[in-house]
Amino acid sequence: MSAEIMELSPAAAKRLRIASLVRKETRQIIRDPSSIAIGVVLPLMLILVFGYGLSLDVKDVPVAVVVEEASPEAMELLASFRLSPYFLATSVSSMAQAERLMLAREVDGVVRIRQDFSRNVYGGQPEVQVLVHGTDANHARIVENYALAAVGQWAARQAAEGKTMPAGAATVDERLWFNEANESRWFLVPGLVVLIMTLIGAMLTSLVMAREWEHGTLEALFVTPVRPGEILLGKTIPYFVLGMMGLVLCVLAARFLFDVPLRGSLAALTAASMLYLLIALAIGLLISSTFRSQFVASQITMLVTFLPALMLSGFLFDLRSMPLAVRLLTYLLPARYYVTLLQTIFLAGDVWSVLLPNAAVLTVMAAGLLLMTRRVMRKTLD
Amino acid sequence: MLDAVLRVIALVHKELLAILKDPRSRFSLLIPPILQCLIYGYAATYDLNDVPFAVLDRDRSAASHELLARLDGSPEFERAANFDRLADLKASIDNRRALLGIQIDEDFERKLYAGVPAEIQVLADGRNSNTAGTALGYVGAIVQQFNADWRSEHGQGSPSIEVVIRAWYNPNLETRWHMIPSLVGTLTLLQTLLLTAMSVAREREQGTFDQLLVTPYRPSEIMIGKALPSMLIGLLQATNVLLVAQLWFHIPFAGSFVVLYVVLSVFLLAAVGLGLLVSSVVATMQQAMLFSFMLMMPFALLSGLTTPISSMPRVLQWFTYINPLRYAIELVQRIYLEGTGLVQLLPEVWPLAAIAAVTLPIAAWMFRNKLT
Repeated sequence: MSAEIMELSPAAAKRLRIASLVRKETRQIIRDPSSIAIGVVLPLMLILVFGYGLSLDVKDVPVAVVVEEASPEAMELLASFRLSPYFLATSVSSMAQAERLMLAREVDGVVRIRQDFSRNVYGGQPEVQVLVHGTDANHARIVENYALAAVGQWAARQAAEGKTMPAGAATVDERLWFNEANESRWFLVPGLVVLIMTLIGAMLTSLVMAREWEHGTLEALFVTPVRPGEILLGKTIPYFVLGMMGLVLCVLAARFLFDVPLRGSLAALTAASMLYLLIALAIGLLISSTFRSQFVASQITMLVTFLPALMLSGFLFDLRSMPLAVRLLTYLLPARYYVTLLQTIFLAGDVWSVLLPNAAVLTVMAAGLLLMTRRVMRKTLD
Repeated sequence: MLDAVLRVIALVHKELLAILKDPRSRFSLLIPPILQCLIYGYAATYDLNDVPFAVLDRDRSAASHELLARLDGSPEFERAANFDRLADLKASIDNRRALLGIQIDEDFERKLYAGVPAEIQVLADGRNSNTAGTALGYVGAIVQQFNADWRSEHGQGSPSIEVVIRAWYNPNLETRWHMIPSLVGTLTLLQTLLLTAMSVAREREQGTFDQLLVTPYRPSEIMIGKALPSMLIGLLQATNVLLVAQLWFHIPFAGSFVVLYVVLSVFLLAAVGLGLLVSSVVATMQQAMLFSFMLMMPFALLSGLTTPISSMPRVLQWFTYINPLRYAIELVQRIYLEGTGLVQLLPEVWPLAAIAAVTLPIAAWMFRNKLT
């Protein structure tokens, strides 16, 4: 074997060495059920959980409507809550009863129509009291807005019927761009691509080098003619392929299972994803060749890649609302740029003024991280 | 019996040493949860501030200025730009300079005086429809206030209906109050699961598990020896998160610590049971990590941490009944924010005990059958 390699030109020998490393790594992936699990089962599971399970859309919120007087005005307001698709209204007669339901969390809100409501509608200050269960603040705020809307609709109906309702007020005509249906799935599924890419890229590779260090097989590799850069390539290529498979799965599911529109080009999507995958792989390899212990590497990877991709990337929580220190931190996270790219490519289209700057940052990060990984590898070899 | 206790104590001691002796592993167990708690306490919020909005004011009247001034004056909004053409307004949303585009037509003020509905158009960037919905809600509230004031100043019509809103348990509706108590369960489960699964897998991978087998330990003693240290470390981490919640974020604690720790212990028993179950089926540390991760993902996502359980489809809601994190989050929130007592919490505590009662014997059985 070595004689054969000696006869080859240096470039051909290099190719051969890389190819055999890739072959070895691929076999290792295929033989270990956990790699297949993370490459195929995990993406599928996440796609289903995200697509079907996660939703920030609020529907059928159980509320108790306390009707303290049986006037037509109060009944119509009750009907307004009953008819709203956002509420499941049950009417109760006393506040005490409503409070009991709220304490038992059988309802998420209480609407109280007081005894003097109808009298106050005609001259006075009519008041509707809304209590929301505030434990989940986001949910509570949405419920609050819907309650306001339900009362507003009632007022509009009253006005339309010629009752003395205030007219001539500013009204808001809302339009939600890029997500006309107001479906949270439309931004959750592109975010899912980010999570899967991070998982396959960083989690899996972070263990790979550390394992070779722990088992001492990396030292065995050193005595072969293989160069550090070639080891890196040999480790990167198979996982890169695995990651791209995950991407294909996600895009297919997004497009055909969940009907998320893909308004940008497939080319832009692929290019952005390849860039991000390279970064994730480089981070994984960097962590595992720095820490050389599978346990520590796994903890660090979780801390610096997966959780930030979930919480600090702008995928769930709006970045602009974070305090300055945290916001500055997010600029260091590749996931932030990738989320922006994906949300734009999926929902808005190829908006180059967004795509180019974000892609440029990712390119710089990829180059920097790959160089750093190579340095760490070389240092350990000396 | 005393022998068994002494043996278990020795094993627990050895296990704690193995975990805590290495400074890197000590660091990775103690510092990350605190850091995460701090970062997510600030970051994980659905509340918005400084929402950038762009304006196309065709009216340029006193009324339109008054309305826009209210937006400028609120801490939630920040004007990013003024435009004269609709195309520019649209472009500013496209390239993310503005989250909202507000368009006021030239007859806005005239309509207001005439007493006919005066419409303003609000375009929102729906790339994250949740953020957009919240921002639109803020606009609605400001416009409502504007209307009320306008009417009382200009003596139009009867006073509008006032909707008085109060939120229980979280008066300012801060997401943080929801998030940090949830993190007590989430971070503890994550690390306890990993720690338990990895500690057995490490011994398997390094061959020291076989050595343990030739000692007089019974399989159940080995299991207890592996379970107790993880539980202790889990309690320590939960305490750290609680300290951050109270000392740093000043979220008021409404309940009883005794109840909280009793509940946490039951929860940790379930978590350790799951960890041991994972460790009994895996051969290497990589497998241990990946499998515990595959359990952790659906647990975390379908627990009510980030999205409400009531918005999930029925089938997945059923799944949440076997999810220990679902109970942990609900329990910690109810104890922490609502001050609920143990008796009312029992419906959520017994499923945790049931999970522990199922996973621990199965894990023990798997150990025994692998050992012989």
